[in-house]
Amino acid sequence: MLRIPCPHCGERDYTEFRYAGDATKRRPVHGTEDVRAWYEHVFLFTNPKGPHREYWQHVQGCRQWLVLERDTATNTVGRSWLARTGAPS
Amino acid sequence: MKLLSRYSGLALARRALTDSRWQRAWRSPDPKPSYDVIIVGGGGHGLATAYYLASRHGIRNVAVLERGYLGSGNVGRNTTLVRSNYLMPGNTQFFEHSLQLWEGLSHELNFNVMLSQRGQIVLAHGPGQLDVLARKGNTMRLNGIDAELMEREDVMRFLPFLDHSEHCRFPIYGGLFQQRAGTVRHDAVAWGYARAADRLGVDIIENCEVTGFLRDGDRVTGVETSRGTIHAGRTAISVAGHSSHVAAMLGMRLPIESHILQAFVTEPIKPFLDCVVSFGAELFYISQSDKGGMVFGGHIDGFNTYTQRGQFPRAQTVAECAVALIPAMSRLRLLRHWGGIQDMTPDGSPFIGRTPFRDLYINAGWCYQGFKATPATGWCLAHTIAHDAEHPLIRHLALDRHMAGNGHDEYGLGLWTYRQ
Ligand SMILES: Cc1cc2nc3c(=O)[nH]c(=O)nc-3n(C[C@H](O)[C@H](O)[C@H](O)COP(=O)(O)OP(=O)(O)OC[C@H]3O[C@@H](n4cnc5c(N)ncnc54)[C@H](O)[C@@H]3O)c2cc1C
Ligand SMILES: [Zn+2]
Repeated sequence: MLRIPCPHCGERDYTEFRYAGDATKRRPVHGTEDVRAWYEHVFLFTNPKGPHREYWQHVQGCRQWLVLERDTATNTVGRSWLARTGAPS
Repeated sequence: MKLLSRYSGLALARRALTDSRWQRAWRSPDPKPSYDVIIVGGGGHGLATAYYLASRHGIRNVAVLERGYLGSGNVGRNTTLVRSNYLMPGNTQFFEHSLQLWEGLSHELNFNVMLSQRGQIVLAHGPGQLDVLARKGNTMRLNGIDAELMEREDVMRFLPFLDHSEHCRFPIYGGLFQQRAGTVRHDAVAWGYARAADRLGVDIIENCEVTGFLRDGDRVTGVETSRGTIHAGRTAISVAGHSSHVAAMLGMRLPIESHILQAFVTEPIKPFLDCVVSFGAELFYISQSDKGGMVFGGHIDGFNTYTQRGQFPRAQTVAECAVALIPAMSRLRLLRHWGGIQDMTPDGSPFIGRTPFRDLYINAGWCYQGFKATPATGWCLAHTIAHDAEHPLIRHLALDRHMAGNGHDEYGLGLWTYRQ
Protein backbone atom coordinates (compact mmCIF):
# COMPACT_ATOMS: atom_id res chain seq x y z
CA MET A 1 0.00 0.00 0.00
CA LEU A 2 1.25 3.46 -0.92
CA ARG A 3 1.68 5.46 2.30
CA ILE A 4 1.69 9.23 2.23
CA PRO A 5 3.23 11.45 4.89
CA CYS A 6 0.78 14.22 5.78
CA PRO A 7 2.50 17.21 7.44
CA HIS A 8 -0.39 17.35 9.94
CA CYS A 9 -1.46 13.77 10.48
CA GLY A 10 1.65 11.70 9.83
CA GLU A 11 1.94 8.73 7.47
CA ARG A 12 -1.40 7.38 6.22
CA ASP A 13 -2.73 4.97 3.56
CA TYR A 14 -3.10 6.68 0.21
CA THR A 15 -6.82 5.77 0.18
CA GLU A 16 -7.41 8.58 2.72
CA PHE A 17 -6.25 11.06 0.09
CA ARG A 18 -7.52 12.31 -3.22
CA TYR A 19 -4.98 12.60 -6.01
CA ALA A 20 -4.91 15.83 -8.02
CA GLY A 21 -1.99 15.53 -10.41
CA ASP A 22 1.13 17.42 -11.40
CA ALA A 23 1.94 20.22 -8.94
CA THR A 24 4.57 21.87 -11.13
CA LYS A 25 2.06 23.19 -13.67
CA ARG A 26 1.52 26.96 -13.60
CA ARG A 27 -1.83 28.36 -14.63
CA PRO A 28 -1.61 31.07 -17.32
CA VAL A 29 -2.21 34.56 -15.98
CA HIS A 30 -5.90 35.44 -15.71
CA GLY A 31 -7.03 37.05 -18.95
CA THR A 32 -4.48 35.28 -21.15
CA GLU A 33 -6.01 35.20 -24.62
CA ASP A 34 -3.62 32.76 -26.25
CA VAL A 35 -5.68 29.57 -26.54
CA ARG A 36 -2.57 27.47 -26.95
CA ALA A 37 -1.33 28.53 -23.49
CA TRP A 38 -4.59 27.27 -21.97
CA TYR A 39 -4.51 24.10 -24.07
CA GLU A 40 -1.03 23.33 -22.84
CA HIS A 41 -1.97 24.04 -19.26
CA VAL A 42 -5.14 21.97 -19.25
CA PHE A 43 -4.33 19.13 -21.61
CA LEU A 44 -0.59 18.48 -21.84
CA PHE A 45 1.38 16.58 -19.21
CA THR A 46 5.06 15.98 -18.65
CA ASN A 47 4.02 12.62 -17.13
CA PRO A 48 7.62 11.73 -16.29
CA LYS A 49 8.91 8.24 -15.56
CA GLY A 50 10.86 9.25 -12.47
CA PRO A 51 10.65 12.07 -9.89
CA HIS A 52 7.26 13.77 -9.76
CA ARG A 53 5.78 16.55 -7.62
CA GLU A 54 2.07 16.12 -7.19
CA TYR A 55 -0.98 17.37 -5.28
CA TRP A 56 -2.91 15.20 -2.86
CA GLN A 57 -5.76 16.33 -0.61
CA HIS A 58 -6.14 14.61 2.73
CA VAL A 59 -9.92 14.32 2.32
CA GLN A 60 -10.40 11.79 5.11
CA GLY A 61 -8.03 13.54 7.51
CA CYS A 62 -7.16 17.18 8.00
CA ARG A 63 -8.55 18.07 4.52
CA GLN A 64 -5.40 20.03 3.70
CA TRP A 65 -3.84 20.06 0.23
CA LEU A 66 -0.28 18.92 0.13
CA VAL A 67 2.52 18.51 -2.35
CA LEU A 68 4.26 15.14 -2.39
CA GLU A 69 7.48 14.03 -4.03
CA ARG A 70 7.13 10.55 -5.49
CA ASP A 71 9.13 8.59 -8.04
CA THR A 72 6.65 7.28 -10.61
CA ALA A 73 9.06 4.54 -11.69
CA THR A 74 9.17 2.98 -8.21
CA ASN A 75 6.43 4.69 -6.14
CA THR A 76 9.12 5.65 -3.62
CA VAL A 77 7.75 8.55 -1.60
CA GLY A 78 9.90 11.54 -0.63
CA ARG A 79 9.15 14.79 1.16
CA SER A 80 5.75 16.41 1.50
CA TRP A 81 4.64 19.90 2.48
CA LEU A 82 1.45 21.93 2.64
CA ALA A 83 0.53 23.19 -0.81
CA ARG A 84 -0.26 26.66 0.48
CA THR A 85 3.24 27.14 1.87
CA GLY A 86 4.52 26.66 -1.68
CA ALA A 87 7.91 25.17 -0.74
CA PRO A 88 9.39 22.25 1.17
CA SER A 89 9.75 23.18 4.84
CA MET B 1 16.88 -18.10 -44.46
CA LYS B 2 14.52 -21.02 -44.92
CA LEU B 3 10.85 -20.07 -44.95
CA LEU B 4 9.01 -21.22 -41.90
CA SER B 5 6.56 -23.95 -42.73
CA ARG B 6 2.83 -23.38 -42.50
CA TYR B 7 0.89 -24.80 -39.60
CA SER B 8 -1.67 -27.40 -40.68
CA GLY B 9 -3.16 -30.73 -39.65
CA LEU B 10 -0.76 -32.41 -42.05
CA ALA B 11 2.26 -30.66 -40.55
CA LEU B 12 1.10 -31.76 -37.10
CA ALA B 13 0.72 -35.37 -38.16
CA ARG B 14 4.10 -35.37 -39.90
CA ARG B 15 5.81 -34.08 -36.79
CA ALA B 16 3.98 -36.52 -34.56
CA LEU B 17 5.34 -39.36 -36.68
CA THR B 18 8.85 -38.11 -37.39
CA ASP B 19 9.58 -36.42 -34.07
CA SER B 20 11.17 -33.53 -35.93
CA ARG B 21 11.41 -30.25 -34.08
CA TRP B 22 9.13 -27.28 -34.71
CA GLN B 23 10.99 -24.31 -36.10
CA ARG B 24 11.11 -21.03 -34.25
CA ALA B 25 7.96 -19.03 -34.93
CA TRP B 26 9.99 -15.99 -35.98
CA ARG B 27 13.66 -15.29 -36.70
CA SER B 28 15.82 -13.33 -34.30
CA PRO B 29 17.72 -10.98 -36.62
CA ASP B 30 20.26 -8.32 -35.74
CA PRO B 31 19.12 -4.83 -36.69
CA LYS B 32 20.07 -3.65 -40.18
CA PRO B 33 21.54 -0.14 -40.55
CA SER B 34 18.32 1.14 -42.09
CA TYR B 35 14.68 0.31 -42.85
CA ASP B 36 11.84 1.86 -44.82
CA VAL B 37 9.70 1.82 -41.68
CA ILE B 38 10.55 1.36 -38.01
CA ILE B 39 7.83 0.58 -35.49
CA VAL B 40 8.79 1.37 -31.90
CA GLY B 41 7.06 -1.11 -29.58
CA GLY B 42 6.39 -4.78 -30.23
CA GLY B 43 2.98 -5.04 -28.62
CA GLY B 44 -0.11 -6.22 -30.45
CA HIS B 45 -0.54 -2.85 -32.14
CA GLY B 46 3.04 -2.53 -33.39
CA LEU B 47 3.11 -6.10 -34.69
CA ALA B 48 -0.27 -5.75 -36.41
CA THR B 49 0.92 -2.53 -38.05
CA ALA B 50 4.03 -4.25 -39.38
CA TYR B 51 1.96 -7.17 -40.65
CA TYR B 52 -0.50 -4.97 -42.56
CA LEU B 53 2.32 -2.79 -43.94
CA ALA B 54 3.89 -5.93 -45.40
CA SER B 55 0.73 -7.76 -46.45
CA ARG B 56 -1.49 -4.88 -47.66
CA HIS B 57 0.90 -2.13 -48.69
CA GLY B 58 3.87 -4.09 -50.00
CA ILE B 59 6.24 -2.39 -47.56
CA ARG B 60 8.37 -5.25 -46.26
CA ASN B 61 11.62 -3.57 -45.30
CA VAL B 62 10.21 -3.00 -41.82
CA ALA B 63 11.57 -3.47 -38.29
CA VAL B 64 9.60 -3.76 -35.07
CA LEU B 65 11.80 -2.74 -32.12
CA GLU B 66 10.75 -4.17 -28.76
CA ARG B 67 12.40 -3.19 -25.49
CA GLY B 68 11.72 -6.53 -23.78
CA TYR B 69 10.33 -9.77 -25.16
CA LEU B 70 7.20 -10.04 -27.30
CA GLY B 71 4.12 -10.13 -25.15
CA SER B 72 5.76 -8.50 -22.13
CA GLY B 73 3.52 -5.46 -22.42
CA ASN B 74 -0.22 -5.04 -22.24
CA VAL B 75 -0.89 -7.40 -25.12
CA GLY B 76 0.01 -10.18 -22.65
CA ARG B 77 -1.60 -8.54 -19.60
CA ASN B 78 -5.12 -7.65 -20.67
CA THR B 79 -8.38 -9.42 -19.91
CA THR B 80 -8.85 -10.39 -23.59
CA LEU B 81 -12.29 -8.90 -24.24
CA VAL B 82 -13.26 -7.92 -27.76
CA ARG B 83 -16.56 -6.26 -28.76
CA SER B 84 -17.94 -3.51 -30.99
CA ASN B 85 -20.72 -1.95 -28.92
CA TYR B 86 -19.67 1.68 -29.22
CA LEU B 87 -22.03 4.64 -29.48
CA MET B 88 -20.05 7.58 -30.81
CA PRO B 89 -19.84 8.08 -34.58
CA GLY B 90 -16.33 7.10 -35.59
CA ASN B 91 -15.91 4.67 -32.70
CA THR B 92 -18.84 2.51 -33.81
CA GLN B 93 -17.33 1.94 -37.25
CA PHE B 94 -13.72 1.62 -36.07
CA PHE B 95 -14.43 -1.07 -33.47
CA GLU B 96 -16.75 -2.96 -35.82
CA HIS B 97 -13.99 -3.02 -38.43
CA SER B 98 -11.74 -4.43 -35.72
CA LEU B 99 -14.24 -7.14 -34.78
CA GLN B 100 -14.60 -8.14 -38.43
CA LEU B 101 -10.81 -8.45 -38.69
CA TRP B 102 -10.81 -10.59 -35.53
CA GLU B 103 -13.39 -12.87 -37.16
CA GLY B 104 -10.99 -13.77 -39.96
CA LEU B 105 -7.73 -13.47 -38.08
CA SER B 106 -6.86 -17.12 -37.38
CA HIS B 107 -7.08 -17.89 -41.11
CA GLU B 108 -5.36 -14.69 -42.12
CA LEU B 109 -2.38 -15.38 -39.84
CA ASN B 110 -2.33 -19.20 -40.05
CA PHE B 111 -2.30 -19.10 -36.25
CA ASN B 112 -5.18 -19.98 -33.95
CA VAL B 113 -5.91 -16.87 -31.89
CA MET B 114 -8.85 -18.70 -30.28
CA LEU B 115 -11.52 -16.09 -30.88
CA SER B 116 -14.49 -17.17 -28.77
CA GLN B 117 -17.66 -15.23 -29.65
CA ARG B 118 -19.37 -16.11 -26.42
CA GLY B 119 -21.20 -12.79 -26.23
CA GLN B 120 -21.06 -9.86 -23.86
CA ILE B 121 -23.86 -8.29 -21.84
CA VAL B 122 -23.76 -4.80 -20.36
CA LEU B 123 -26.18 -4.53 -17.47
CA ALA B 124 -28.54 -1.67 -16.67
CA HIS B 125 -29.48 -0.98 -13.05
CA GLY B 126 -32.18 1.59 -13.64
CA PRO B 127 -34.67 2.63 -16.34
CA GLY B 128 -32.51 5.59 -17.43
CA GLN B 129 -29.52 3.35 -17.93
CA LEU B 130 -31.61 0.91 -19.95
CA ASP B 131 -32.74 3.80 -22.19
CA VAL B 132 -29.10 4.71 -22.83
CA LEU B 133 -28.34 1.09 -23.72
CA ALA B 134 -31.35 1.00 -26.04
CA ARG B 135 -29.99 4.04 -27.85
CA LYS B 136 -26.60 2.41 -28.12
CA GLY B 137 -28.17 -0.81 -29.43
CA ASN B 138 -30.13 1.13 -32.04
CA THR B 139 -26.97 2.95 -33.14
CA MET B 140 -25.23 -0.39 -33.50
CA ARG B 141 -28.08 -1.94 -35.50
CA LEU B 142 -28.25 1.07 -37.79
CA ASN B 143 -24.61 0.36 -38.53
CA GLY B 144 -25.33 -3.29 -39.26
CA ILE B 145 -23.89 -4.51 -35.93
CA ASP B 146 -25.68 -7.17 -33.89
CA ALA B 147 -27.27 -5.97 -30.64
CA GLU B 148 -30.10 -7.29 -28.54
CA LEU B 149 -31.88 -5.46 -25.75
CA MET B 150 -32.81 -7.68 -22.81
CA GLU B 151 -35.51 -7.00 -20.23
CA ARG B 152 -35.11 -7.97 -16.61
CA GLU B 153 -36.86 -11.33 -17.19
CA ASP B 154 -34.62 -12.11 -20.16
CA VAL B 155 -31.49 -11.54 -18.07
CA MET B 156 -32.91 -13.70 -15.26
CA ARG B 157 -33.41 -16.58 -17.68
CA PHE B 158 -30.06 -16.02 -19.39
CA LEU B 159 -27.86 -15.64 -16.29
CA PRO B 160 -29.84 -17.08 -13.37
CA PHE B 161 -26.91 -16.91 -10.94
CA LEU B 162 -26.66 -13.10 -10.92
CA ASP B 163 -28.17 -11.34 -7.90
CA HIS B 164 -31.67 -10.65 -9.25
CA SER B 165 -33.25 -9.64 -5.95
CA GLU B 166 -35.23 -6.41 -6.06
CA HIS B 167 -33.76 -5.17 -2.83
CA CYS B 168 -30.07 -5.29 -3.64
CA ARG B 169 -28.21 -2.00 -3.94
CA PHE B 170 -28.20 -2.09 -7.75
CA PRO B 171 -31.13 -4.21 -8.98
CA ILE B 172 -30.81 -5.51 -12.54
CA TYR B 173 -33.29 -3.87 -14.95
CA GLY B 174 -32.00 -5.41 -18.15
CA GLY B 175 -29.05 -5.22 -20.45
CA LEU B 176 -27.63 -4.94 -23.93
CA PHE B 177 -26.20 -8.11 -25.41
CA GLN B 178 -23.80 -8.49 -28.32
CA GLN B 179 -23.43 -12.11 -29.41
CA ARG B 180 -20.40 -11.47 -31.64
CA ALA B 181 -18.39 -10.08 -28.74
CA GLY B 182 -16.16 -12.39 -26.74
CA THR B 183 -12.57 -13.19 -25.91
CA VAL B 184 -9.33 -13.88 -27.79
CA ARG B 185 -6.21 -15.59 -26.53
CA HIS B 186 -4.00 -12.52 -26.11
CA ASP B 187 -0.53 -14.14 -26.33
CA ALA B 188 -1.53 -15.85 -29.56
CA VAL B 189 -2.29 -12.44 -31.04
CA ALA B 190 1.28 -11.25 -30.44
CA TRP B 191 2.78 -14.53 -31.63
CA GLY B 192 0.47 -14.86 -34.63
CA TYR B 193 1.08 -11.36 -35.95
CA ALA B 194 4.82 -11.70 -35.26
CA ARG B 195 5.12 -14.97 -37.12
CA ALA B 196 3.03 -13.80 -40.07
CA ALA B 197 4.94 -10.50 -40.35
CA ASP B 198 8.27 -12.32 -40.06
CA ARG B 199 7.30 -14.62 -42.95
CA LEU B 200 6.76 -11.52 -45.10
CA GLY B 201 10.26 -10.27 -44.29
CA VAL B 202 9.64 -7.99 -41.31
CA ASP B 203 12.50 -7.97 -38.78
CA ILE B 204 11.24 -8.40 -35.24
CA ILE B 205 13.98 -7.27 -32.91
CA GLU B 206 13.55 -8.00 -29.22
CA ASN B 207 15.62 -6.61 -26.35
CA CYS B 208 16.08 -3.42 -28.35
CA GLU B 209 15.06 -0.30 -26.45
CA VAL B 210 14.63 2.98 -28.30
CA THR B 211 16.51 5.66 -26.35
CA GLY B 212 16.36 8.61 -28.74
CA PHE B 213 15.48 9.81 -32.23
CA LEU B 214 17.54 10.98 -35.20
CA ARG B 215 16.35 14.26 -36.63
CA ASP B 216 16.92 16.38 -39.68
CA GLY B 217 15.08 19.63 -38.92
CA ASP B 218 11.42 18.71 -38.39
CA ARG B 219 11.92 15.28 -39.96
CA VAL B 220 12.53 12.13 -37.93
CA THR B 221 15.07 9.97 -39.76
CA GLY B 222 15.67 7.07 -37.39
CA VAL B 223 16.24 5.98 -33.83
CA GLU B 224 18.99 5.44 -31.28
CA THR B 225 18.63 2.11 -29.54
CA SER B 226 20.33 -0.11 -27.00
CA ARG B 227 21.52 -2.08 -30.07
CA GLY B 228 22.86 0.88 -32.03
CA THR B 229 21.66 3.57 -34.42
CA ILE B 230 19.05 2.57 -37.01
CA HIS B 231 17.92 4.82 -39.85
CA ALA B 232 14.34 4.86 -41.07
CA GLY B 233 12.30 6.38 -43.86
CA ARG B 234 9.32 6.56 -41.55
CA THR B 235 8.97 5.87 -37.84
CA ALA B 236 5.92 5.06 -35.73
CA ILE B 237 5.64 5.16 -31.94
CA SER B 238 3.35 2.44 -30.54
CA VAL B 239 4.50 1.88 -26.97
CA ALA B 240 1.19 1.77 -25.00
CA GLY B 241 1.75 3.08 -21.44
CA HIS B 242 5.14 4.56 -22.33
CA SER B 243 3.95 7.05 -24.96
CA SER B 244 4.82 10.14 -22.90
CA HIS B 245 8.21 8.71 -21.99
CA VAL B 246 9.16 8.04 -25.63
CA ALA B 247 7.59 11.26 -27.00
CA ALA B 248 9.63 13.22 -24.45
CA MET B 249 12.76 12.07 -26.31
CA LEU B 250 11.58 14.46 -29.05
CA GLY B 251 10.55 17.17 -26.61
CA MET B 252 6.87 16.41 -27.18
CA ARG B 253 4.34 16.59 -24.36
CA LEU B 254 1.13 14.62 -24.88
CA PRO B 255 -2.42 14.84 -23.47
CA ILE B 256 -1.68 11.62 -21.57
CA GLU B 257 -1.02 10.35 -18.05
CA SER B 258 0.27 6.82 -17.42
CA HIS B 259 -1.76 4.74 -14.96
CA ILE B 260 -1.78 1.18 -13.74
CA LEU B 261 -4.72 -1.09 -14.51
CA GLN B 262 -4.94 -4.41 -12.70
CA ALA B 263 -6.44 -7.74 -13.71
CA PHE B 264 -7.48 -10.59 -11.43
CA VAL B 265 -8.08 -14.31 -11.78
CA THR B 266 -9.52 -16.80 -9.31
CA GLU B 267 -8.78 -20.47 -8.81
CA PRO B 268 -10.26 -22.56 -11.66
CA ILE B 269 -13.78 -23.92 -11.34
CA LYS B 270 -16.04 -25.98 -13.62
CA PRO B 271 -17.70 -24.16 -16.55
CA PHE B 272 -20.07 -21.63 -15.01
CA LEU B 273 -20.12 -18.32 -16.85
CA ASP B 274 -20.42 -18.72 -20.62
CA CYS B 275 -20.40 -15.07 -21.67
CA VAL B 276 -18.79 -11.79 -20.64
CA VAL B 277 -20.72 -9.70 -18.11
CA SER B 278 -20.19 -5.99 -17.52
CA PHE B 279 -21.63 -4.52 -14.34
CA GLY B 280 -23.47 -1.26 -14.96
CA ALA B 281 -23.09 0.25 -11.51
CA GLU B 282 -19.30 0.29 -11.40
CA LEU B 283 -16.51 -0.27 -13.87
CA PHE B 284 -16.32 -4.04 -13.47
CA TYR B 285 -16.44 -6.90 -15.97
CA ILE B 286 -15.97 -10.63 -15.71
CA SER B 287 -15.57 -13.74 -17.84
CA GLN B 288 -14.38 -17.31 -17.32
CA SER B 289 -11.20 -18.48 -18.97
CA ASP B 290 -10.89 -21.79 -20.79
CA LYS B 291 -8.85 -23.03 -17.82
CA GLY B 292 -11.78 -22.23 -15.55
CA GLY B 293 -10.51 -19.16 -13.71
CA MET B 294 -12.87 -16.24 -13.28
CA VAL B 295 -11.09 -13.30 -14.91
CA PHE B 296 -12.07 -9.77 -13.98
CA GLY B 297 -10.97 -6.17 -13.85
CA GLY B 298 -12.09 -2.74 -12.75
CA HIS B 299 -10.81 0.82 -12.55
CA ILE B 300 -7.24 2.10 -12.71
CA ASP B 301 -5.61 2.59 -9.30
CA GLY B 302 -5.98 6.35 -9.69
CA PHE B 303 -2.59 8.08 -9.64
CA ASN B 304 -0.05 8.16 -12.44
CA THR B 305 2.69 5.57 -12.17
CA TYR B 306 4.97 3.41 -14.29
CA THR B 307 5.30 0.62 -11.71
CA GLN B 308 3.47 -2.54 -12.68
CA ARG B 309 2.69 -3.32 -9.03
CA GLY B 310 -0.96 -2.69 -8.18
CA GLN B 311 -2.37 -1.36 -4.92
CA PHE B 312 -4.39 -3.61 -2.61
CA PRO B 313 -7.57 -1.49 -2.30
CA ARG B 314 -8.41 -2.23 -5.95
CA ALA B 315 -8.46 -5.96 -5.16
CA GLN B 316 -11.07 -5.17 -2.51
CA THR B 317 -13.33 -3.13 -4.79
CA VAL B 318 -13.34 -5.66 -7.62
CA ALA B 319 -14.04 -8.46 -5.14
CA GLU B 320 -16.98 -6.45 -3.78
CA CYS B 321 -18.32 -5.95 -7.29
CA ALA B 322 -17.90 -9.64 -8.08
CA VAL B 323 -19.87 -10.73 -5.03
CA ALA B 324 -22.53 -8.04 -5.52
CA LEU B 325 -23.08 -9.31 -9.05
CA ILE B 326 -22.54 -13.06 -8.55
CA PRO B 327 -23.04 -13.96 -4.86
CA ALA B 328 -21.87 -17.54 -5.54
CA MET B 329 -18.36 -16.18 -6.05
CA SER B 330 -17.96 -15.21 -2.42
CA ARG B 331 -15.98 -18.31 -1.52
CA LEU B 332 -13.66 -18.36 -4.53
CA ARG B 333 -10.02 -17.61 -3.83
CA LEU B 334 -8.05 -15.12 -5.83
CA LEU B 335 -5.20 -16.92 -7.55
CA ARG B 336 -3.23 -14.16 -9.23
CA HIS B 337 -3.38 -10.50 -10.05
CA TRP B 338 -1.10 -8.32 -12.09
CA GLY B 339 -0.93 -4.86 -13.59
CA GLY B 340 -0.12 -3.11 -16.83
CA ILE B 341 0.69 0.53 -17.50
CA GLN B 342 -1.74 2.22 -19.81
CA ASP B 343 -2.12 5.73 -21.19
CA MET B 344 -5.12 7.68 -19.93
CA THR B 345 -6.48 10.51 -22.09
CA PRO B 346 -8.85 13.39 -21.25
CA ASP B 347 -11.74 11.95 -23.29
CA GLY B 348 -10.93 8.25 -23.01
CA SER B 349 -10.22 7.96 -26.76
CA PRO B 350 -6.83 7.21 -28.31
CA PHE B 351 -4.62 9.26 -30.62
CA ILE B 352 -3.63 7.72 -33.96
CA GLY B 353 -2.09 9.54 -36.87
CA ARG B 354 0.54 12.02 -37.91
CA THR B 355 2.52 14.17 -35.47
CA PRO B 356 4.11 17.65 -35.63
CA PHE B 357 7.23 15.86 -36.99
CA ARG B 358 7.44 14.73 -40.60
CA ASP B 359 7.76 10.97 -41.12
CA LEU B 360 6.77 10.34 -37.51
CA TYR B 361 3.45 8.70 -36.61
CA ILE B 362 1.94 7.90 -33.27
CA ASN B 363 -0.51 5.41 -31.83
CA ALA B 364 -1.14 6.16 -28.16
CA GLY B 365 -3.70 6.85 -25.47
CA TRP B 366 -5.52 3.53 -25.51
CA CYS B 367 -6.89 3.64 -21.97
CA TYR B 368 -8.93 0.52 -21.22
CA GLN B 369 -9.85 -0.52 -24.72
CA GLY B 370 -6.77 -1.20 -26.79
CA PHE B 371 -6.77 -4.97 -27.05
CA LYS B 372 -10.01 -5.24 -29.02
CA ALA B 373 -8.66 -2.47 -31.24
CA THR B 374 -5.47 -4.34 -32.15
CA PRO B 375 -6.36 -5.42 -35.72
CA ALA B 376 -8.05 -2.14 -36.70
CA THR B 377 -5.26 -0.04 -35.20
CA GLY B 378 -2.67 -2.00 -37.15
CA TRP B 379 -4.82 -1.76 -40.27
CA CYS B 380 -5.34 2.02 -40.00
CA LEU B 381 -1.84 2.89 -38.80
CA ALA B 382 -0.27 0.90 -41.65
CA HIS B 383 -2.45 2.81 -44.13
CA THR B 384 -1.54 6.12 -42.47
CA ILE B 385 2.19 5.37 -42.67
CA ALA B 386 2.04 4.06 -46.24
CA HIS B 387 0.05 7.06 -47.54
CA ASP B 388 1.23 9.73 -45.12
CA ALA B 389 -2.47 10.45 -44.62
CA GLU B 390 -4.91 9.26 -41.95
CA HIS B 391 -7.12 6.31 -42.76
CA PRO B 392 -10.79 7.49 -42.85
CA LEU B 393 -11.66 5.35 -39.80
CA ILE B 394 -9.29 7.26 -37.50
CA ARG B 395 -9.82 10.86 -38.61
CA HIS B 396 -11.61 11.63 -35.33
CA LEU B 397 -8.56 10.51 -33.31
CA ALA B 398 -6.08 13.29 -34.17
CA LEU B 399 -3.35 14.10 -31.65
CA ASP B 400 -4.30 17.80 -31.50
CA ARG B 401 -8.09 17.37 -31.30
CA HIS B 402 -8.36 18.95 -27.84
CA MET B 403 -6.76 22.12 -29.15
CA ALA B 404 -9.80 22.42 -31.44
CA GLY B 405 -12.24 21.39 -28.70
CA ASN B 406 -13.03 18.13 -30.47
CA GLY B 407 -12.88 15.73 -27.54
CA HIS B 408 -14.44 12.37 -28.31
CA ASP B 409 -15.90 10.96 -25.10
CA GLU B 410 -17.67 7.69 -25.64
CA TYR B 411 -19.84 7.84 -22.51
CA GLY B 412 -21.10 11.38 -22.99
CA LEU B 413 -19.93 12.25 -19.48
CA GLY B 414 -17.49 14.98 -20.43
CA LEU B 415 -13.73 15.02 -20.10
CA TRP B 416 -11.53 13.75 -17.26
CA THR B 417 -13.86 11.01 -16.04
CA TYR B 418 -10.83 8.86 -15.24
CA ARG B 419 -9.85 11.32 -12.53
CA GLN B 420 -13.15 11.08 -10.67
C1 LIG C 1 -4.92 -5.23 -16.90
C2 LIG C 1 -5.34 -4.80 -18.27
C3 LIG C 1 -6.52 -5.29 -18.82
C4 LIG C 1 -6.94 -4.91 -20.08
N1 LIG C 1 -8.07 -5.47 -20.61
C5 LIG C 1 -8.46 -5.16 -21.86
C6 LIG C 1 -9.59 -5.80 -22.44
O1 LIG C 1 -10.22 -6.68 -21.84
N2 LIG C 1 -9.97 -5.42 -23.68
C7 LIG C 1 -9.30 -4.47 -24.38
O2 LIG C 1 -9.70 -4.15 -25.50
N3 LIG C 1 -8.19 -3.87 -23.88
C8 LIG C 1 -7.76 -4.19 -22.63
N4 LIG C 1 -6.63 -3.59 -22.09
C9 LIG C 1 -5.89 -2.61 -22.90
C10 LIG C 1 -4.94 -3.26 -23.89
O3 LIG C 1 -4.25 -4.32 -23.28
C11 LIG C 1 -3.93 -2.23 -24.40
O4 LIG C 1 -4.58 -1.04 -24.76
C12 LIG C 1 -3.18 -2.74 -25.63
O5 LIG C 1 -2.62 -4.01 -25.40
C13 LIG C 1 -2.08 -1.74 -25.98
O6 LIG C 1 -1.47 -2.01 -27.22
P1 LIG C 1 -0.19 -3.00 -27.36
O7 LIG C 1 -0.70 -4.40 -27.38
O8 LIG C 1 0.56 -2.58 -28.55
O9 LIG C 1 0.60 -2.68 -26.02
P2 LIG C 1 1.89 -3.39 -25.38
O10 LIG C 1 1.80 -4.86 -25.49
O11 LIG C 1 2.08 -2.79 -24.04
O12 LIG C 1 3.03 -2.93 -26.38
C14 LIG C 1 3.85 -1.78 -26.23
C15 LIG C 1 5.28 -2.25 -26.26
O13 LIG C 1 6.16 -1.14 -26.35
C16 LIG C 1 7.36 -1.52 -25.71
N5 LIG C 1 8.16 -0.33 -25.42
C17 LIG C 1 7.94 0.65 -24.51
N6 LIG C 1 8.94 1.56 -24.54
C18 LIG C 1 9.80 1.16 -25.51
C19 LIG C 1 11.02 1.69 -26.03
N7 LIG C 1 11.56 2.82 -25.55
N8 LIG C 1 11.64 1.01 -27.03
C20 LIG C 1 11.12 -0.14 -27.53
N9 LIG C 1 9.96 -0.69 -27.07
C21 LIG C 1 9.31 -0.04 -26.08
C22 LIG C 1 6.88 -2.24 -24.45
O14 LIG C 1 7.89 -3.06 -23.91
C23 LIG C 1 5.68 -3.01 -24.98
O15 LIG C 1 5.98 -4.35 -25.30
C24 LIG C 1 -6.18 -3.96 -20.82
C25 LIG C 1 -5.00 -3.45 -20.27
C26 LIG C 1 -4.57 -3.87 -19.02
C27 LIG C 1 -3.29 -3.31 -18.46
ZN1 LIG D 1 -3.71 15.27 7.14
